[in-house]
Amino acid sequence: MLTLPIYLDNNATTPLDPRVLDAMMPYFTNMYGNAASRNHPFGWQAEEAVDYAREQIAALINCSPKEIIFTSGATEADNLAIKGVYEMYASKGNHIITATTEHKAVLDTCKHIEKIGGKVTYLPVNAEGFINLEELEAAITPQTILISIMYGNNEVGVIQPIREISAIAKKHGILFFTDGTQAVGKIPVDVMADGIDLMAFSAHKMYGPKGVGALYVRRKNPRVKVTAQMDGGGHERGMRSGTLNVPGIVGLGKACEIAKQDMEADTARISAMRDRLERELLTMEESYVNGSREHRLPHVANISFKYVEGEGLMMGVKDLAVSSGSACTSASLEPSYVLKALGLSDDLAHSSLRFGLSRFTTDEEVDYAINHVKEAVTKLREMSPLWEMFKEGIDLNSIEWAEH
Amino acid sequence: MAYSDKVIDHYSNPRNVGTLDKAKSNVGTGLVGAPECGDVMRLQIEVDENQIITDAKFKTFGCGSAIASSSLATEWLKGKSVDEALAIDNMDIVEELALPPVKIHCSVLAEDAIKSAINDYRVKNGMPELELSKSHH
Repeated sequence: MLTLPIYLDNNATTPLDPRVLDAMMPYFTNMYGNAASRNHPFGWQAEEAVDYAREQIAALINCSPKEIIFTSGATEADNLAIKGVYEMYASKGNHIITATTEHKAVLDTCKHIEKIGGKVTYLPVNAEGFINLEELEAAITPQTILISIMYGNNEVGVIQPIREISAIAKKHGILFFTDGTQAVGKIPVDVMADGIDLMAFSAHKMYGPKGVGALYVRRKNPRVKVTAQMDGGGHERGMRSGTLNVPGIVGLGKACEIAKQDMEADTARISAMRDRLERELLTMEESYVNGSREHRLPHVANISFKYVEGEGLMMGVKDLAVSSGSACTSASLEPSYVLKALGLSDDLAHSSLRFGLSRFTTDEEVDYAINHVKEAVTKLREMSPLWEMFKEGIDLNSIEWAEH
Repeated sequence: MAYSDKVIDHYSNPRNVGTLDKAKSNVGTGLVGAPECGDVMRLQIEVDENQIITDAKFKTFGCGSAIASSSLATEWLKGKSVDEALAIDNMDIVEELALPPVKIHCSVLAEDAIKSAINDYRVKNGMPELELSKSHH
């Protein structure tokens, strides 16, 4: 039985896996201890649960359980990594290298760093969404202390060449931080093999609960430290104070355990559905996939439908919960900065939809989505003066548009 | 964003979508907006010898409110004289469709499209172009 609307916005958040909820429930009810309470069984129980979660997480990303710092989510972990490194390594330098397609949690943190006197280089990306490794290396100065490049992009799913980037960082003795929010739990991420020094990720992008995430902080070769951004009880090896969110952490742990166990089967099934969705939608003329199709997260498809406006399209696909590259919520339209960074024109960026599939997406839902999108695009094109001009062979760039 | 029932109705069942022969001297065409702004409206009117608009068609690239604004405009134009059509104000559209403040620009565009179509018709028929006031609400 198909229930509408169909949720295809799994890059924004994923549903909670019932197995994760089951694991969390006891910690909401009778196991309510504070993991920092050392004097009674309630505290011990909570601490044990947190330690177990650390092991589950460590097993997924191949690190030591001691290297996990729990946070409220990926945004906090991004902030802690960048600001924490900036403060901790201030004597070494004040320059950070990142990319224009990073998540706002990284970009805005970098802007903050600039405001307090730091220097930040924002690397451009090519049409496929990749940074240029030569440009990365050329941007390094004696003052560079951190390279911050995301693992997989949230809008187009492009996976950056993480191992090549970490090799460059290592060669120059610079720390490498990656925002792994969209990648961890979806594709194999191995901090040892990938040469990652710090990594942010979040539970609710991998079928865990909202409000909990983690920062991986390497303890050996090199031993990395970050300055705490909140003062308090000195939890998490002094790097993040605040009473631990025990049910959330248990949920993150369980989500990681399931991800490790089901990843191969999930990926095979989800990417087959994603590929089918994409193949079918691309049978419509003037539709384009944004970003690399080769090095991409298995559950994402970002497609532009030329000559159709994004918000109108969103209204036409009302049975689907998807994201648009257009943010037409104010008089001044702002197309996605990620798509713009890939070199898309404003109109093509406005005409894009992001489909994010999950382990709970069904073939039936994908079939429905394909037909629904095709109908909406066809209908809107019949209504579009731009489509008519295109069909008549008129070059839209030859027209003097009245900007408004 | 929540759309009003009227916007949804016009979006789902747009009135007068289509194309008139712009080569005809009694057809006026207005093309306003820009693709990079996310709205392009083309509105056309056909005028008889008594200066009455006998037909109106539109095609719009834009959000639901832009589509509804132009659809409504064509509905209102039919049967009106050219002078009456000139009196259509964007705020009438805002009111009829219950557009929220962020969508007022869609109604402005529809008013611009009407005036631009009328001007095209006037110029084609040897009448002077009207100075269009830019003082929108």
